[in-house]
Amino acid sequence: MLQEEEDLSLTIAHIVQKLKGSRLYSQLERQAWVSLQKPEIKLESLKEDIKEFFKISGWEKKLQNAVYSELTVFPLPRHPAAPPEHLKEPLVYMRKAQGSWEKRILKSLNSMCTELSIPLARKRPVVEQKELLNKWNEMGTDEPDLSLFRPVYAPKDFLEVLINLRNPNYENGDHLNLKTHLGLIQVPLKVKYISELKEFFIELSLNTGQLGIDDATQVPPELFENEHVRLGQKVLAEQDSAAAQQYIRQGSPTALRAELWALILNVSNQPEDLLYYEQLKSNVIQHDLLVDSLIYKDVKLTASNDDYYFVFEDYLYQVLLCFSRDTSVLGHFAYNSASPPKSYIRGKLGMEDYAVFYPPNGVIPFHGFSMYVAPLCFLYHEPSKLYQIFREMYVRFFFRLHSISSHPSGIVSLCLLFETLLQTHLPQLFYHLREIGAQPLRISFKWMVRAFSGYLATDQLLLLWDRILGYNSLEILAVLAAAVFAFRAVNLMEVTSLAAAEAVLADLSTLKVMPLLQIFLFATIT
Amino acid sequence: MSKPRNQCAKGHGAPKAKEREGEWDFYWCDVSWLRENFDHTYMDEHVRISHFRNHYELTRKNYMVKNLKRFRKQLERDVGKLEAAKCDFFPKTFELPSDYHLFVEEFRKTPGITWIMKPVARSQGKGIFLFRKLKDIMDWRKDVGRSDDQKDDIPVENYVAQRYIENPYLIGGRKFDLRVYVLVMSYIPLRAWLYRDGFLRFSNTRFTLSSIDDHYVHLTNVAVQKTSPDYDPEKGCKWMIQRFRQYLTSKHGPEAVETLFRDMDNIFIKSLQSVQKVIISDKHCFELYGYDILIDQDLKPWLLEVNASPSLAASSQEDYHLKTCLLEDTLHIVDMETRLTGKEKRVGGFDLMWNDGPVSREEEGIDTPGPGNFVANTHLGCNNDRKKQLRQLFRSLHSQKKVTS
Repeated sequence: MLQEEEDLSLTIAHIVQKLKGSRLYSQLERQAWVSLQKPEIKLESLKEDIKEFFKISGWEKKLQNAVYSELTVFPLPRHPAAPPEHLKEPLVYMRKAQGSWEKRILKSLNSMCTELSIPLARKRPVVEQKELLNKWNEMGTDEPDLSLFRPVYAPKDFLEVLINLRNPNYENGDHLNLKTHLGLIQVPLKVKYISELKEFFIELSLNTGQLGIDDATQVPPELFENEHVRLGQKVLAEQDSAAAQQYIRQGSPTALRAELWALILNVSNQPEDLLYYEQLKSNVIQHDLLVDSLIYKDVKLTASNDDYYFVFEDYLYQVLLCFSRDTSVLGHFAYNSASPPKSYIRGKLGMEDYAVFYPPNGVIPFHGFSMYVAPLCFLYHEPSKLYQIFREMYVRFFFRLHSISSHPSGIVSLCLLFETLLQTHLPQLFYHLREIGAQPLRISFKWMVRAFSGYLATDQLLLLWDRILGYNSLEILAVLAAAVFAFRAVNLMEVTSLAAAEAVLADLSTLKVMPLLQIFLFATIT
Repeated sequence: MSKPRNQCAKGHGAPKAKEREGEWDFYWCDVSWLRENFDHTYMDEHVRISHFRNHYELTRKNYMVKNLKRFRKQLERDVGKLEAAKCDFFPKTFELPSDYHLFVEEFRKTPGITWIMKPVARSQGKGIFLFRKLKDIMDWRKDVGRSDDQKDDIPVENYVAQRYIENPYLIGGRKFDLRVYVLVMSYIPLRAWLYRDGFLRFSNTRFTLSSIDDHYVHLTNVAVQKTSPDYDPEKGCKWMIQRFRQYLTSKHGPEAVETLFRDMDNIFIKSLQSVQKVIISDKHCFELYGYDILIDQDLKPWLLEVNASPSLAASSQEDYHLKTCLLEDTLHIVDMETRLTGKEKRVGGFDLMWNDGPVSREEEGIDTPGPGNFVANTHLGCNNDRKKQLRQLFRSLHSQKKVTS
């Protein structure tokens, strides 16, 4: 009991400290001062009256949302004596692996830089600045020569690193037994069993209405859809983040999705946010970064070639170029096992005083990175709002898909969860695929790293991402990957090579996500 | 990629091309054949042909404008201004050279706006250009008049000058138009079906009014886009209408989208009604039209043109699928095998839109909704589970036949 109380007061202190520095705090302060003018505020009961005022005017709700947001994003401090690295990643071997992976990436980036003799960053001449400003809304028309650039890494390179992860304290034993894990990931992390998943994803069960299933044409809307939409409108009217997160577990109506996501992520388009975005934009105009070319190349290779996202090419540049320069993103490295790469001013290598983070936001894009942004263009059309939503999605979820950590939503755990589910519930399929040299993870890894963006049809993808927000967890990606294999099991049993297996699973665009998840979790005999 | 038409006909078992002169039951003909042969071809009762004799009343821009104007006047007389205003979905158009002076009058009334010049009979974007100054077409007039290097048998073409829609709805900064398919089985009485699927064609470059010479920006016909320098056939400049409907719903809400699609229904019906009395009605004829619609920033749909021979060539796998299913369902409705009862409101991806009167989504009979609750039986951009529907339909037809035989 005492320990819990200590933890709670530690958490409260932590959150209060965080919020004190935020804009909301100064707004609340200002509101409190203004309220003193009101007749209902009396000196004797000042505290209660102001609290009452906040409740009525909706400011308490905003505070509640901010606190909820902090709780959701920041992990609770484990032990007062734990060093900050433990917040990033408690396991030493994972930290070491992430560190060496980062060294490799940075080396690759630096060597590309030296090979092409392009500086990591340079100031643009005024003429070029003017040109870029004019072209800001149609940067896609630019056709710079990107043939010499290559993506710093692709998901399959990252997979190789994960396959080689080993816990030095863990001895698996030489002989195979029932407990032996047949998959590629060989680290002993705790992942949920299907019974735990059923409990965790209880709102997806067969008895609960879902958007993605119960809004199909044959189902009369009175059964579920109408009521669900009404409920959604109420949640939005209340502006309650926590309620919205609970609500969205059953899916979001198309018309309400943009607002619901903004509410859950606690993103509001204040004038300060617009100003911040404009500031980032001017940073882009003034300086050219090597990373920009990597972004261009990635967009051209992936999103521009997608049948549905090619239309949003210009938005992608506007978001990603600004994202690279956003130093507020550095804040998420407190709980990300990764660390921002450091670079040194020319000639001052090794001198900490001359170290800068490169790129300014500490995130080096890889092949496929722009696909995190593309689906969001469907919902948000105003660049600064789109930008904020993406940034929030990145620092809450997407970063976990390309850093090595033991977090349950980290990519390592997702891979292990996927393989365990497959091995436990489809052992024959797993064994068959392994025998023909088609380890299932080799196929499903790219889906999970991209959170299925570009593989599923957009409406299905948005229904999936609804649930990511609702459950504040990426585990659903692993469950879906396993469900897809289960769905195509019959065809997969007949293939005899990795290439053939890839072919069976090449096209996911016709899949309906929610029925697959429901069947896998709740209607398969385990 | 083999033409969907061949695939379809083979699948249906219906003969596609005539084997011997005059010995065919079903002919998916070219308009040129029609022009030459229709008048002196005898057709049995059961025979079907895929065009109406004078379809050009609807599909040639100058005739369509005339017919629509006349219909509008009639509506104003008979029903009222409000109903007549529903015909204002066609941008102001003038036939040239015949209405040249009327055009100049209108041109002078609204200086500075952009006009588009389109040849009456050509398709796929050929011969179209934009202009803002009368001087531009003065030069063109001289050129046209002087062209002796043209073939002798082609007369001086008729053109239409149309007001250019300067505020099109843009997605990702790009202009687009919609291609929608309407199947007309007869004009008297008017029976028309609307296909649920369709697609958006995007212009390959960003929209800007400052470059009216840039052909590629303003014309969204795939045929023109194919010649644009950065055209990438792999990219596919098309979206399915379902995707578009979802996109609009998330941006503007369901009511606005319902209104837009209702306005589009209005376009189809009014345009068909305007030529109803002019088209030579023939029970052998049916026609599949491709409607080109442009949407402006106020979510108002405009009719660009109606095609009697919409392209059935496929530009991608998805496109191929759409066109094959479209043709299959067309053949189902034409019903050479007389399987249908004639009372169906939906066959595959087609919904019966007009049956000598509006068709309601509700079932007839018990609890027929009052006039205020009328919801049209159209589902453009909605889920198209045609395979399932066809299966159910033919199963029930089969069992009905069994009962009666």
